[in-house]
Amino acid sequence: MDSAALEPSLYTVKAVFILDNDGNRLLSKYYDPELYPSMKEQKNFEMNVFNKTHKADNEISFLEGMTIVYKSSIDLFFYVAGSAQENELMLMAVLNCLFESLSQMLRKNVEKRTLLDNMDGVFLVVDEIIDGGVILESDPQQVIEKVNYRADDNPLSEQSVAQHITEKLALTSNVLQSAKEQIKWSILK
Amino acid sequence: MFVSKARIFNETPINPRRCLHILTKIIYLLNQGEHFGTTEATEAFFAMTRLFQSNDQTLRRMCYLTIKEMANISEDVIIVTSSLTKDMTGKEDVYRGPAIRALCRITDTTMLQAIERYMKQAIVDKVPSVSSSALVSSLHMVKMSFDVVKRWVNEAQEAASSDNIMVQYHALGLLYHLRKNDRLAVTKMLNKFTKSGLKSPFAYCMMIRIASKLLEETEGGHDSPLFDFIESCLRNKHEMVVYEAASAIVHMPNCTARELAPAVSVLQLFCSSPKAALRYAAVRTLNKVAMKHPSAVTACNLDLENLITDSNRSIATLAITTLLKTGSESSVDRLMKQISSFVSEISDEFKVVVVQAISALCQKYPRKHSVMMNFLSNMLRDDGGFEYKRAIVDCIISIIEENPESKETGLAHLCEFIEDCEHTVLATKILHLLGKEGPRTPTPSKYIRFIFNRVVLESEAVRAAAVSALAKFGAQNDDLLPSVLVLMKRCMMDSDDEVRDRATFYMNVLQQKQKALNAAYIFNGLSVSVPGLEKSLHQYTLEPSEKPFDMKTVPLATAPITEQKTEIAPVATSKLPEKLAPSRQDIYQEQLAAIPEFKGLGPLFKSSEPVQLTEAETEYVVRCIKHTFANHMIFQFDCTNTLNDQLLQRVLVQMEPSEAYEVLNYVPAPSLPYSQPSSCYSLVRLPEDDPTAVSCTFSCTMKYLVRDCDPNTGEPDDDGYDDEYVLEDLEVTVADHIQKVLKPNFGAAWDEIGDDNEKEETFALATVRTLDEAVNNIISFLGMQPCERSDKVPENKNSHVLFLAGVFRGGHDVLVRARLALADGVTMQVTVRSTDENVVDVILASVG
Repeated sequence: MDSAALEPSLYTVKAVFILDNDGNRLLSKYYDPELYPSMKEQKNFEMNVFNKTHKADNEISFLEGMTIVYKSSIDLFFYVAGSAQENELMLMAVLNCLFESLSQMLRKNVEKRTLLDNMDGVFLVVDEIIDGGVILESDPQQVIEKVNYRADDNPLSEQSVAQHITEKLALTSNVLQSAKEQIKWSILK
Repeated sequence: MFVSKARIFNETPINPRRCLHILTKIIYLLNQGEHFGTTEATEAFFAMTRLFQSNDQTLRRMCYLTIKEMANISEDVIIVTSSLTKDMTGKEDVYRGPAIRALCRITDTTMLQAIERYMKQAIVDKVPSVSSSALVSSLHMVKMSFDVVKRWVNEAQEAASSDNIMVQYHALGLLYHLRKNDRLAVTKMLNKFTKSGLKSPFAYCMMIRIASKLLEETEGGHDSPLFDFIESCLRNKHEMVVYEAASAIVHMPNCTARELAPAVSVLQLFCSSPKAALRYAAVRTLNKVAMKHPSAVTACNLDLENLITDSNRSIATLAITTLLKTGSESSVDRLMKQISSFVSEISDEFKVVVVQAISALCQKYPRKHSVMMNFLSNMLRDDGGFEYKRAIVDCIISIIEENPESKETGLAHLCEFIEDCEHTVLATKILHLLGKEGPRTPTPSKYIRFIFNRVVLESEAVRAAAVSALAKFGAQNDDLLPSVLVLMKRCMMDSDDEVRDRATFYMNVLQQKQKALNAAYIFNGLSVSVPGLEKSLHQYTLEPSEKPFDMKTVPLATAPITEQKTEIAPVATSKLPEKLAPSRQDIYQEQLAAIPEFKGLGPLFKSSEPVQLTEAETEYVVRCIKHTFANHMIFQFDCTNTLNDQLLQRVLVQMEPSEAYEVLNYVPAPSLPYSQPSSCYSLVRLPEDDPTAVSCTFSCTMKYLVRDCDPNTGEPDDDGYDDEYVLEDLEVTVADHIQKVLKPNFGAAWDEIGDDNEKEETFALATVRTLDEAVNNIISFLGMQPCERSDKVPENKNSHVLFLAGVFRGGHDVLVRARLALADGVTMQVTVRSTDENVVDVILASVG
């Protein structure tokens, strides 16, 4: 644990990842290109972190020279990693924001199935919280507003409705299209 | 497969649901590590661009994400520039921020000019998400195009006064990155923000970091307003800021206990927080304080006691190790028991922390070494990675060195460890130690079995190290010699070249049964610099000559690393590969050899540490490095011009020697522009007729041609004028003629040189009050290497013997034995032995 002072910088977060309860990656973002450049190293690291953390819900740990804060929910594990000198509470703020945002977006069903069903929303939430390692937003309310994503509770029924609507739309636009074509031809003549 | 799916993008009309599904899949698979070929990726990317026609919000946002994810794997990503530019300046606020971030991700330096106008507008946009996105993206682009982004400093300044906390934070971060090389501007910025006050806790943390960096750089006293600012943050309402401030104060160099007190007391409060992260942060920082100021932390002992049963083992470990540093000797046993109960549950990183704490403890309470040794040997048996084992081994070695009575137990534990050790580095290190310490123990024979087992069972490197260790036993213990010779014979049939070579070599040396040979070839190895030896040998093969290769022409290794105390490397940096960097002296050798005037001086013998010849804050800063050769010295003057309206040319330092030294040549620095250091040199011949004239004082004057110039452009005037600047005097002392050399076995080396040129004299050091002071004075005066750890004076003793070894200019070994006795002052009896008579005289003369 090096005691060297931290170079003042906005680059706070080194990595964020969400794992399932077998330690498999659902989403990972690495923001420091020098940290585990290859996929294999990243997955090794994640597995290592998972093995050391999944048994006890301890909130914070120090592994492979990095401070790691984490949180679990049903069958999911959320991790935020920063340098050894990083302010632990800043990392905690990021983790809390991530968790709260997802919890709101998924209507408190923070579990693997719902998460996978709404993966697009999850990607957008992470994108709004951290940009290239810089904390972009730390207030879950703001994140939800910016993402403006509605999770579907009942994917099947809504999908069918949506399909129905799109078909309708397609019909109308087809009609419009053909009408346009006709007009165009009539002008050209 | 993706391409076929991506075809759905081409369907008319666009089905946002299905397209969204596919984009999500693509991003998900990329995130899982699925590999995309360039063509495949490019095709999918191009298909995706069509989705910009849809107005589905989530779909559009996912397009941005896809662009960012694919920026590196697809070709021609810049075709989306216009679509993104449109979104970034459009009416839909939801799109604008993310579009800026995607656009900056695919923009390169050449294209940046085209979007500069939009970026400037975006930075000062009243929508916070737009402004934040623009600021953060600018920050990312600073690395790529500093000059362009620097032009946006005014906009960033305006954004910094925004009401939105995140915009404030991002603006501050960007401003700092743009100005960090300009200390004055940073100071101004800090002053402004500390006065106006910020709302964002993140921004406060950033300011604290900037302030403490400034304090460190300017070496500002703790009465400076910066320190006051940091201290005031201890009363901030956000825990994050309070902690950052406390941590900053704790990390400041040379903080007094009184200045630390407020920081320590907020950390103490955090220790009882319900939040694990906060407790962790607090105890980790207290642990750091305890290293330097154990007494400052004693007030927290009660709170720390409560944490040693914390369910988070990291917190418990840190609490215990902190208590070990601050607590009394009586609590050690209890704490050690506590920590052994869960040491197997904690991560390697924390095990190393525990070992470090033990190491520190052993120095503080030497009497506890048996408890510690027991604990360490148990830890050594557990599973663990290399770093962890190395820390334990280093710790045991340092205990052995500090406490002679623990030597046998320690060596026994280490012997047991190498019986089953997978780390070659550690095995060789331990074998080396066994070779050094084993022969001097009462029963050396018991180590032979452990060492020889290695020869039978291990890899080449370990076998070779084992052979060297065996040889040392044979050389030192006559009754073991016959058995060692038998074992050596066995090693001469090894399958590896290096092992065979070593065995044959040692076999032959040992059979001579001569003390001097043993000393020269077995105990005290070569002390030359390895790159230097390589270069000299190469040079020798290039110029065939009748003369045999002379080892004395090889530059000596500057810093003998072996017996110096091994600091346990910090965990965070230990991942870096250890490179064999050329030593400082090798670099100088190279630089000097490149100057034609200095041809034919022979190899560089020694380079001194830089000596300042000016005050710190003067117009010109000059420091000198003394390079010693066989019969010459080169003075290298590193000059820096701190005036931005002057250009100096033909800079040289004129030297007036006080003794018979002769200045042969000056090599001026052709030009010395503002703040770009440059070197000039002076070559001096040492007096040949009087070999004892080793010390001399030079009065130095810097002479140069000044040309005034425009501070902004650096354009100089056509005419210049000569000027000069008087520097401080430069001293050459005996230490400049002696290179430090470590003799691991001083006694053997002492006998090897013999008493042909021995001289002895007694001196009274009236001004010195303690033995420690005397030892340090002698070492720094003579510039020789203390051997056998004789630089450490045991406590409560009235006499001490100091062993020093070195090589005098010209390659003459010189050894000094100084017996010190403490009475009213310190009385010193110095015995000098050397291969050259003059050298003995020089040393005695200079001491007197």
